[in-house]
Amino acid sequence: MSILLRHDTRVICQGFTGKQGTFHSEQAIAYGTRMVGGVTPGKGGSEHLGLPVFDTVAQAAAATGAEATVIYVPSPFAADAIIEAAAAGIELIVCITEGIPVHDMLLVKQYLAKHPHVRLIGPNCPGVITPGQAKTGIMPGSIHLPGRVGIVSRSGTLTYEAVEQTTRLGLGQSSCVGIGGDPIIGMDFVEVLRLFEADAQTELVIMVGEIGGRLEEEAAEFIRQNMTKPVVAFIAGSTAPKGKRMGHAGAIIDGGAGTAAAKYEILRAAGVHCVSSPAELGNQAAALLGA
Amino acid sequence: MNLHEYQAKRLLAEEGVPVPKGIPAFSVKEAVNQARALGGGDWVLKAQVHAGGRGKAGGVQRVHSIAEVEAAAQSLLGKRLVTAQTGPEGQHVAALLIEEPSQIAREFYLALLVDRAAARLTFIASAEGGMEIETLAATRPEAIQRIVLDPGIGFLPYQARDLGFAWGLPAAAVQQLVKVMQGMYQLARRLDAQMVEVNPLALTQEGKVLALDAKVVMDDNALYRHPESDELFDSTQQDPREITARQFGLNYISLDGNIGCMVNGAGLAMATMDLIKLHGGEPANFLDVGGGAAADKVTQAFKLILSDQRVKAILVNIFGGITRCDLLAQGIIQAASEVGIHLPVVVRLEGTKKEEGMAMLRESGLRMIVAEGLTDAACKAVEAART
Repeated sequence: MSILLRHDTRVICQGFTGKQGTFHSEQAIAYGTRMVGGVTPGKGGSEHLGLPVFDTVAQAAAATGAEATVIYVPSPFAADAIIEAAAAGIELIVCITEGIPVHDMLLVKQYLAKHPHVRLIGPNCPGVITPGQAKTGIMPGSIHLPGRVGIVSRSGTLTYEAVEQTTRLGLGQSSCVGIGGDPIIGMDFVEVLRLFEADAQTELVIMVGEIGGRLEEEAAEFIRQNMTKPVVAFIAGSTAPKGKRMGHAGAIIDGGAGTAAAKYEILRAAGVHCVSSPAELGNQAAALLGA
Repeated sequence: MNLHEYQAKRLLAEEGVPVPKGIPAFSVKEAVNQARALGGGDWVLKAQVHAGGRGKAGGVQRVHSIAEVEAAAQSLLGKRLVTAQTGPEGQHVAALLIEEPSQIAREFYLALLVDRAAARLTFIASAEGGMEIETLAATRPEAIQRIVLDPGIGFLPYQARDLGFAWGLPAAAVQQLVKVMQGMYQLARRLDAQMVEVNPLALTQEGKVLALDAKVVMDDNALYRHPESDELFDSTQQDPREITARQFGLNYISLDGNIGCMVNGAGLAMATMDLIKLHGGEPANFLDVGGGAAADKVTQAFKLILSDQRVKAILVNIFGGITRCDLLAQGIIQAASEVGIHLPVVVRLEGTKKEEGMAMLRESGLRMIVAEGLTDAACKAVEAART
C-alpha cells in the first residue's frame, strides 16, 4: 500500500512539451511511473517522449483514462490549468508551479470546494512520490527507498533531507507528499495525515512544517484526536524575523502569529515527537520504530 | 509589496472611500507649498515609511504655522525613522503626507485580508481602533469581528450595516461605512491585494467616517499583471541587498549575525539559520539560491554575502537533488575563484554524486572546509566565525 499514487496510476502532464514538463516527465517515466500522455494546447495529435499529446485535459482524460495529472504550466496560467483538470474529472492534481497569485488560488479553492472528490497537491511543491512505484513531481527518485515512513512537508529540500536520512537508516518511505509553501494550498497536513493513518504500509509519519499560517496547529488537533501512529515533526524558521516572507509566500510571521515556538508548543502538547534540528528527523523516527 | 499611506489613500479615494484632505511632499519646499495649498492654520505631517508605530516615534507631527511646517519637514525628510517595527537602523523618509487635521470622536479598526484557512477574503473589524490589532487578538479576541466574504458574491452592503449598527453608529455614518468597505473590497480586487487595512477608521465629531491611516499590501506573485506597481514601488524602503538579490532571481533577507548562508530551497534555508543558532552562532542572512544553483547565481550569491561587512564565515548548504553535486561543486569553485573570497567557507553537499563533488572541493586549492551532514556543517561554520 501507499497513499495517493500507485505503480498503476495513469498519469498525464500539463505543460508536457515545455522544458520543465519534458525533463521531469522523462525522469518520471524512467522511474516507472505509468505516464499515459500529456497536454499542450495547440500541439494535440503529435507525439512527445513516445506518448500522445492532447490539446485539452478533457481529450486526454477521455483517450487515456488518466487519474492523475502533474502541472508545470507557468504561474499566470496555472489556476486555469488546475480547474481544467478538475473539470475533466481528474481526481489527483499535482501542481508544481511556483508563484500563482493568491486571488487566483481563491478561485481554485472555491471550485474545489464544490468538487470534494478532487485532490489538489500544491502549488509550489515538489509533488508526490511512492518510492519504487511512481512519482509525480521534481524530487530526485534515486534518494528514495520503499519502506515504513510517511513524509509530509511544506518544503521541498527539507523533504529530501528527511528522505535521505530515512533511506540511510534503512527505514524507507511509504509515500512522500510535498504540500507546498504557498499561503493557499490544496491538501493540508490534516488531509495527508488522515491518509497515512489509514495506510497499512505507513508505521510513522515525519511532518515538516514552517512558520506562518495555522496548518501545523490544525494538524496538532487532528493528531491528538485521531492518530495512533507516532508523528515526528520539525518546524523551520525558529530564527526568522517577524513580518518578512522567508522565500515561500506562506512563510511569514504575521503580527506575532505563526511562530515556530508556538507551533512546537501545540504539537508537543498533542504528543508529537518534535526535534529542534532537521538532522534529527531520521534518528528520532528510527528510535521510535525500534530500528 | 507594501504601498505608502499616501498611495493607499489616493487609491482608496478613487474607490469612493472618504479620506482626509492631504497632499504628499518630497522636499521641504514642496511641503511648505502643499501646506499653503491645503490652507487653514493647522496641519498634520506624516512620515511615509513602510512601518507602523510612526506616531510614538515622532514620525507624525501636528503643526500650527508655515514656519513649523518647514521645521518639521526639515527634521523628517531624508532622515531615518526608527519605530518599534523598523529595527534599530530605521527606515528612510523620502516623502511626507501633509493633511488637514480631523476632530475624532471614535476610532475603529478595519482590514480586508486573505484568510488562509478559509481561503476567502475576510474583513477583520473592531470597535477598539487605534490599538494594535495583534495585541487585541491576543488579549480580548471577543472584541474582534470577522466577516467572511462569499467568493462568488463578494462584499454586500448588509455586511457593513450589520457591523455599523452593532457599533452604534448613527444611520448616516453607517451609510458611509458601507462605502468604506465597498471601496476596500473593490481596491483589493483591483490591485490583487493581500491586505487593505484602515487603522484607525474614524468617526469625526461632525459625524463623518474617515480613513485616517491606510496600508495596502499587493501580492508579489500578481505584480506581472499590474504595470502600475512599478510606479508604486519605493526602493528606498528596502535593503539594497534585497533589491539586488531579486534582480538575480535570489531570495535574500538580511539578518543581524555574522555567518553568511547560501542554501537551495526556502525551507532548508530557514532550517540552516535555525541550525546555526542551535549550535551557538548567528546567521547573517537568509538566502535561497533556488533550484539548479547555476554557477552565475552562486557567484552573485557570494558577492551579495560578501557585501555584508559583518560576515566572518560562509556556510554553503546544498541538497543536490536532480542537479548533480559534482556540477554544483564546479559552480561553487568557479564562483569562489572569480569573486576572490578571503573568509572561511564551509560547504556541505548532499545528494547525487556527492562524493565526487566533495573531492573536487577538497582538491580545488581554495580555502574550503568540507562538512559531512547538517550538524557538522553548522558546527564548523560557528567555529569558523569565532576564529
